[in-house]
Amino acid sequence: MIESYLRQSALDYLGLAARAGDAPAGSAVIMAEKTLPAAVNLRGDKENPAFAAAVLEALGLQLPLEPNSVAAGDGLALLWLGPDEWLALAHNAPPEAEAQLAAKLRAALGDLHAAVTEVGESLACIHLAGPRARDVIAKGCPLDLHPRAFGGVGHCAQSHLAKTGVLLHQVGPENNGAPAFDLYTRRSFSDYLWRWLEDAGREYGLVVVAP
Amino acid sequence: MTGRMRLPQGGLVKRDETLSFTFNGKSYKGLAGDSLAAALLANGVHLVGRSFKYHRPRGIVSAGAEEPNALLQVGDDPRTEPNLKATQVELVAGLKAAAQNAWPSVDFDVGAVNSLAARFLPSGFYYKTFMWPASAWKTYEHFIRRAAGLGRSPSRRDPDRYDKTFAHCDVLVVGAGPAGLAAALAAGRAGARVVLVEQDHLLGGALLSQPGAAIDGKPALDWVAAAEAELAALPEVRVLKRTVCHAAFDHNFFGLVESVTDHLPQPPEHLPRKRLWKLRAKQAVFCCGAIERPMVFADNDRPGVMTASAVRSYINRYAVRPGRRAVVFTNNDSGYGAALDMEAAGIEVAAVVDTRPVPAGPLSERAEALGLRILSDSAVIAVEGKKRVRRVRVAELDAEGKNWVGAPQVIDCDLVANSGGWNPTVHLFCQAKGRLRWDDVHGCFVPDKAMQWGQHVAGAANGAFGLGACLREGAAAGAGAAADCGFAEASSAAPQAENHDFLPGRWLWLIPGEQPLGRKAKHFVDQQNDVTAADLRLALREGYSSIEHVKRYTTTGMATDQGKMGNVNAIGIVAEALDRHLPDVGVTTFRPPYTPVTFGIFAGRDVDDLLDPVRRTPMHAWHERNGALFEDVGQWRRAWYYPREGEDMHAAVNREVKATRDSLGILDATTLGKIDIQGPDAATFLDRVYTNGWLKLGVGRCRYGLMLKEDGMVMDDGVTTRLGEQHYLMTTTSGNAAAVLAHLEDYLQTEWPDLRVYLTSVTEQFATMTLSGPNARSLLAEMTDADLSPGALPHMAFTPGKVAGVPARIFRISFTGELSYEINVPASFGMAVWQALMTAGERYGITPYGTEAMHVLRAEKGFIIVGQETDGSVTPLDLDMGWIVSKTKDFIGKRSLTRADMAKPDRKQLVGLLTSDPQVVLPEGAQLVEKVLPQPPMPMLGHVTSSYWSPNCGRSIALALVKGGLARKGETLYAPLADGRVIPCVVAESPVFFDPEGERLK
Repeated sequence: MIESYLRQSALDYLGLAARAGDAPAGSAVIMAEKTLPAAVNLRGDKENPAFAAAVLEALGLQLPLEPNSVAAGDGLALLWLGPDEWLALAHNAPPEAEAQLAAKLRAALGDLHAAVTEVGESLACIHLAGPRARDVIAKGCPLDLHPRAFGGVGHCAQSHLAKTGVLLHQVGPENNGAPAFDLYTRRSFSDYLWRWLEDAGREYGLVVVAP
Repeated sequence: MTGRMRLPQGGLVKRDETLSFTFNGKSYKGLAGDSLAAALLANGVHLVGRSFKYHRPRGIVSAGAEEPNALLQVGDDPRTEPNLKATQVELVAGLKAAAQNAWPSVDFDVGAVNSLAARFLPSGFYYKTFMWPASAWKTYEHFIRRAAGLGRSPSRRDPDRYDKTFAHCDVLVVGAGPAGLAAALAAGRAGARVVLVEQDHLLGGALLSQPGAAIDGKPALDWVAAAEAELAALPEVRVLKRTVCHAAFDHNFFGLVESVTDHLPQPPEHLPRKRLWKLRAKQAVFCCGAIERPMVFADNDRPGVMTASAVRSYINRYAVRPGRRAVVFTNNDSGYGAALDMEAAGIEVAAVVDTRPVPAGPLSERAEALGLRILSDSAVIAVEGKKRVRRVRVAELDAEGKNWVGAPQVIDCDLVANSGGWNPTVHLFCQAKGRLRWDDVHGCFVPDKAMQWGQHVAGAANGAFGLGACLREGAAAGAGAAADCGFAEASSAAPQAENHDFLPGRWLWLIPGEQPLGRKAKHFVDQQNDVTAADLRLALREGYSSIEHVKRYTTTGMATDQGKMGNVNAIGIVAEALDRHLPDVGVTTFRPPYTPVTFGIFAGRDVDDLLDPVRRTPMHAWHERNGALFEDVGQWRRAWYYPREGEDMHAAVNREVKATRDSLGILDATTLGKIDIQGPDAATFLDRVYTNGWLKLGVGRCRYGLMLKEDGMVMDDGVTTRLGEQHYLMTTTSGNAAAVLAHLEDYLQTEWPDLRVYLTSVTEQFATMTLSGPNARSLLAEMTDADLSPGALPHMAFTPGKVAGVPARIFRISFTGELSYEINVPASFGMAVWQALMTAGERYGITPYGTEAMHVLRAEKGFIIVGQETDGSVTPLDLDMGWIVSKTKDFIGKRSLTRADMAKPDRKQLVGLLTSDPQVVLPEGAQLVEKVLPQPPMPMLGHVTSSYWSPNCGRSIALALVKGGLARKGETLYAPLADGRVIPCVVAESPVFFDPEGERLK
């Protein structure tokens, strides 16, 4: 029997835990790997009231219909990815949480034409925060993340960052102009993205911290 | 003192900060705040280079981006950079600069012999001389290349770092002169997100060189300082100094180059040298000012001939005397500004030569009142002095200004400050396809109509040359741009200033010389490319009348300065010679960049190990620890083979192949594309995208499928499994996963929106490992709760189960021809499960094998690899895979397969190939012929697609695409190789070289 401690995140081999320190006060940008998110990709017809009702029943969250908006609940977030696509996300969940989340959704959806797919294992999550976090992201991402354009906390968008696809989720408040983002990328690209971001943030004194 | 020509007071330089630098190896001192050109002039250095073609001595002409002559090589190899304008290089301590295009020195240049041969070097010289014979071009090119170009490239890679960033704003303001500052303030105060770009390190533009100017009744530079402070305090305004907006693309997308560290003596390690800004603006206000036009007169290129505005800059901004005794030569009022400033700075103004019959305008009047010697209706018709102006000859003009009359008078001087009028800097406006109109009064092209939404021009760039108008237009454009972005106009009033421009003027495009044009003296139009008025006339005589043709034939305006000073003069001279109205001749196309940009900014940080993503599987670190060598498959890095000590690739691959067939091999197959397919119409969907039938595949069963493009050519292949009633998992080739998903989504969304199917990529959700070999079942049985008996899990079947305690999907499918299980586990458990299998597999001698062994194993079985046996021109029939092409249903590409061309007997078809000498391995890519001729060309039949040593067959094996190959079984073909060897080989009866009955799968 393999214990769950044998799970490895995408960036495990970098030994980030050993490098992570406390961010000095006033750090311009900090970065951490958030390990092993549980995530379920959800496809369905938003026009069908039964679909939204089933999602509400399973997750306790209203299906977000506004593009790039996020419905957030207790330890769970539901991100709008497209007109018929959403992503349910949970952090710091046990290994079986992803399958349970999917099972709950499938049970609630019943015979509705929808697709519930576990995808958390395919993701890596890099947390980037601080007054210069936007500047670091802007080096490789063509999106305008200014609060007036992006919408601020509780908004998400899919784009590219350098040469990888990313899902950006602004999780932290402006907090004196120091926003926080979760950047999701495909697991195999995370090594490249991590190194790219560390290099991009060098100019601002990026600090690696514990998740 | 820092230079004998430094004025005792004044200027915006820091007198307490002396900086040493070298030019051509000689040490000089300058001041912080100097440009390199200013520091050279402060030390009395005028001669800074030799011209491109004639190697004529050249001096500093301007004080800005328009400089055609003072192009220097700056810095030590490999940090050296050629063609930097001394007028734009900020002086830093220890700066090293050198002249270009001169050998052995600028003072004595061997190449100057070219000027003796000048009459043999007319425009079009290269076209005329080096055309024949064509075969000699390679020889000519060698010499031309050496003679061409001005500077030297670094000999090693650039050690500096560069960066790129995206940026967004409501209002981009280009240029921080009076108009730009007023625009930025107006837009910023309204609350808009503003980016203000200034190429200089100081804000103020022309105001930096005009200390007498006043705004709102106070010194103009006080207003500039207040504006800068206010902009800095506005949270949504970003001021980028030392930044050139070099390119205007469609939809208000702009390229900016920021010089981050060049002005720092010790650049900090954490900063990039330069940064490319890729800026998207909603509105743009171009406040780029204007560039003074020189006059085209005889030997107007002699060191000491400068624009009048440059003289003003050197005196007022840099506190440098560009000469001791000057002649001002002007055709408008603004030239008098230089005369007045020189007078005030103690430089003797020998005369103001004015082509206008009656000098008029406020500055002219002040000069007259001061009692300066003014020679009206006159022109400089000759300049004496080769390496420095010594004297000029001045004569009166006739009524047309085409000839001089009377007796010339000689005036001694070492400086000629000349002004031929002003050209608005319309480059960005025109790059964005803005339309120009000719302003007859001001004698220049001015913006007429922007062709892109949200673009405005203000101030001198818009033909509004007076300071009052600049401020007014700037404020209005800034407020208007902000309002168009939804920000209410702030009510603040525009700053006020006097408003006089440089009128009146008398626009003469070509000043007569002592001799007829082209004799002895040269009237330069484009100093950087050594193009003269006589060259333009020659081009016209030879039949080039379009200005674009004249430009290319003479190369006028084609140098690194892109004709910022000379283009309108060239157009004027051409118009006059053609007897056409100037605007009818038109302007040449404006293209990016406005000023040259260094290549580094386009690379940015995407170099070395950040060049491209390297995709790692969950077991990558294990492969590394176990000595694997890797190969790139798309962006994936896959284990290629695992050499043990003393093994070469051949030995390692043979061992891996043998071990797999003899006992047990394990492969990291994570990179295989995986697409999750769900929905009631999933089977129908698969039935349409694959060539074979899918409606009857049972739950828990797997099937191999071939996917075609619409043209009938093989696009991808892979095994798809029915996981549940409405749930399938498709696998794709590693390199093709994204393209296949896009292809499928395309059909689903555009062709078959009625199908109820959802696709989700799950490639990375799973770590995939393949156990292959006779002992695969024995090992897996020890590790799983799933029933692996052939009855429960036959070939091409699937079962869920736990492997090493981890939830897994087990597929009994085989790419090796051995008993094989493809195991998918959650990616995060990949490493742990792999290690568990390795440990438990020790008793079977479990052997990790890489992609090379995988290729050999599949080739032994005659299995194709899409992209190796296929190249986008191969159909399933060409592959002899007609068995997988349904005749009873429709699928993508089916109709194309019925084209007559598809049935031609000489199509290239896939066959097995066996060399006559079993020890010889054909090189992949080798061409195949029926008959070897003494030398090429010989009719080629096809080529080898795959070729390996097969340890299991004990001989070499190969696959090949051969014309009519299926009908050639048993024929002998030949592979003539580049090294002269000819390898005979026989077309095999079957491409399945090993276990043709498939016994080992059972």
